[in-house]
Amino acid sequence: MNVNTLQIDRKMVTGREGDAIFAVAWEHGIHIPRLCHIGGLSDVGACRLCMVEIEGQKRLQASCLTPIQEGMVVRTDTPRLRQHRKLIVELLLAERNHICSVCVADGACELQSLAAALGIDHVRFRYRFPTLPVDTSHERFGLDHNRCILCTRCVRVCDEIEGAHTWDVCGRGANSLIISDLGEPWGESESCTSCGKCVQVCPTGALFDKGKTIAEMRRDRGFLKYIVTARKEKQWIG
Amino acid sequence: MAERIQIHPVTRVEGHAKISIYVDDAGEVTSAQFHVTEFRGFEKLCEGRPFHEMPGLMSRICGICPISHILASSKAGDMLLGVEIPRAAAKQRRLVNHAQILQSHALSFFHLSAPDLFLGMDAPPSKRNIFGMLEGDADFVRRGIRLRQFGQRIIELVGGKKIHPAWGAPGGVLQAIGAAERDEIRSSIPEAIESLHEALGRLKRVLDSFAVEIEHLGNFPTLFLGTVSPEGELEYYDGLIRIGDAEGNIVADGLDPLRYASYLGEASEEWSFMKLPHYKPLGYPGGLYRVGPLARLNIAKSAGTPLANREMTEFKQRGKGAVCQSFHYHLARLIEMLHAVESIEQLADDPDLMREHVRAQAGQNRHHGVGSCEAPRGTLFHDYEVDDHGLIRRANLLIATSQNNLAMNQTVEQAARYFVSSRAIQEGMLNRVEAGIRCFDPCLSCSTHAFGQASFIIEIRNAAGDLLQQITR
Repeated sequence: MNVNTLQIDRKMVTGREGDAIFAVAWEHGIHIPRLCHIGGLSDVGACRLCMVEIEGQKRLQASCLTPIQEGMVVRTDTPRLRQHRKLIVELLLAERNHICSVCVADGACELQSLAAALGIDHVRFRYRFPTLPVDTSHERFGLDHNRCILCTRCVRVCDEIEGAHTWDVCGRGANSLIISDLGEPWGESESCTSCGKCVQVCPTGALFDKGKTIAEMRRDRGFLKYIVTARKEKQWIG
Repeated sequence: MAERIQIHPVTRVEGHAKISIYVDDAGEVTSAQFHVTEFRGFEKLCEGRPFHEMPGLMSRICGICPISHILASSKAGDMLLGVEIPRAAAKQRRLVNHAQILQSHALSFFHLSAPDLFLGMDAPPSKRNIFGMLEGDADFVRRGIRLRQFGQRIIELVGGKKIHPAWGAPGGVLQAIGAAERDEIRSSIPEAIESLHEALGRLKRVLDSFAVEIEHLGNFPTLFLGTVSPEGELEYYDGLIRIGDAEGNIVADGLDPLRYASYLGEASEEWSFMKLPHYKPLGYPGGLYRVGPLARLNIAKSAGTPLANREMTEFKQRGKGAVCQSFHYHLARLIEMLHAVESIEQLADDPDLMREHVRAQAGQNRHHGVGSCEAPRGTLFHDYEVDDHGLIRRANLLIATSQNNLAMNQTVEQAARYFVSSRAIQEGMLNRVEAGIRCFDPCLSCSTHAFGQASFIIEIRNAAGDLLQQITR
């Protein structure tokens, strides 16, 4: 195993060759913001919140998909990055109907806590207020497209961990929607095993346990580390 | 020349409204209207949302009485699930409802109406407010503020937050209550009772000086509607509807709140965003009725707690049959606060309150659910129809304040006819018209399901409807 040494936020760190900047930074206590990344699943670079500055490169890079290199100098928290992150989160908030006060995930939402951490006290863009449905056809779970940020964690966990590949994305751009199977109501999906992994990894109130009221939804993601470690290393540890 | 006088905005009420007073060529008042100028639309915006969200969503209607909406909504949700909720949950809901009655009534009495009652209807507007009260008698005002604080603290201790707690839900409540919270509630009861005795004493001592207002601010016969317990005592959380008349007779009793639509109609007029509920058998507008503190004390035979019982017996002697003077809403409010504190004490001593099991689990078992409770301003109904997957198809909210709409309009007209003349409009005259509205402590943002700016206008219009004079503040 080759080890690379690099600098992240003026701190000398080391990581295995091929590891992403994001992972190495987190291992050394440097927490780069993210919404689409979740440990144990592949990365897709969808949310662009983990963008970093790399010395010598003009373009910002998504740290979840950029491997470390020997001697690299990375900055994760600069005025320019903070400005971009605020912009991204504001655009997410304006795109759909994220109304924290009446959301099942209020108080335990990654989008909400990131907006608070970035100091977003208002949104500079006009809200789109799209008319989007809520799918509560499943016996145990619900899908509220109004709260979805299209991070695709649900798509990846269903495909990579459960192996069912119930979820996918249809449409393009802002009109994209998460769909089950070929667009059937979730409750009629033939591939869904009702395992609930998608609900546990959702960063917002888009996927929820049916019956939860406002601010009641809480997630347990311990299963991800457990399953991934068991598969890769044959070690059954929580 | 005929005129229309407009009071816009109505001050020291919760929400936005104006009053129009129509005056004939001789300068005499011919009629008056109470307009609610805000629109909320909650009935529409909840369509398509899961019914489990309704307690939290509907509580956002109001920052004064979110608990009432949480309770009515949770009860409608209980019915959709088809469950009987755990005893601890029912006791918690009762406790928090009493706390809300206490804090809301304290706001109405001490913050909004006490300046009229203790500084006088003709005191200068710059002084006729809670800050003017503070200059004169800071200790009394502090007692009022602490009463409100006590009510809100209970809500915070039980629900986690003073306003809009994430607490009630279909099937019960979200968390059990601990011994430390219960003990803190207990410790504040003696001071609350002492403060209420003082407030009752002070109000009764000044009532004689308001003989004219008592006679002419909303003094007329109507029906009275509210919830009573099986024993006919005051009941705020779960009981049957009783309707009484001005003579003190029971007109209808044992009415199931779930069937409210069969005996209560809702009319609407183009001059107000607030609907006009009425008792169906007597039609519109003949089926005029009042709800809230005055109505509840009129229809219940007793309070059910010793101190409030004593006050209620004395209160009932103020009317022949029922007490019809709306001015006595203030006194009724204080008696209800006393009853609330006594009930809070009883509940704090109830071992059921502390049980851990607070939520009944079930899937959806019905498509139609109705929940009702007594809110500070009167009886509140939430009525939901849901589809097979629990999404709201239709919601109807019958709000306490709107049920007093006909009576408030009649009060405004009666007050205007007696106190207002377009020949010489004086501020104190108009304040008496406003004070007529304040008796009802209307919560207008609740009743209209608001946008726009806070305002209170009096307009004077001629017979042709042309605006001749407008007083705005």
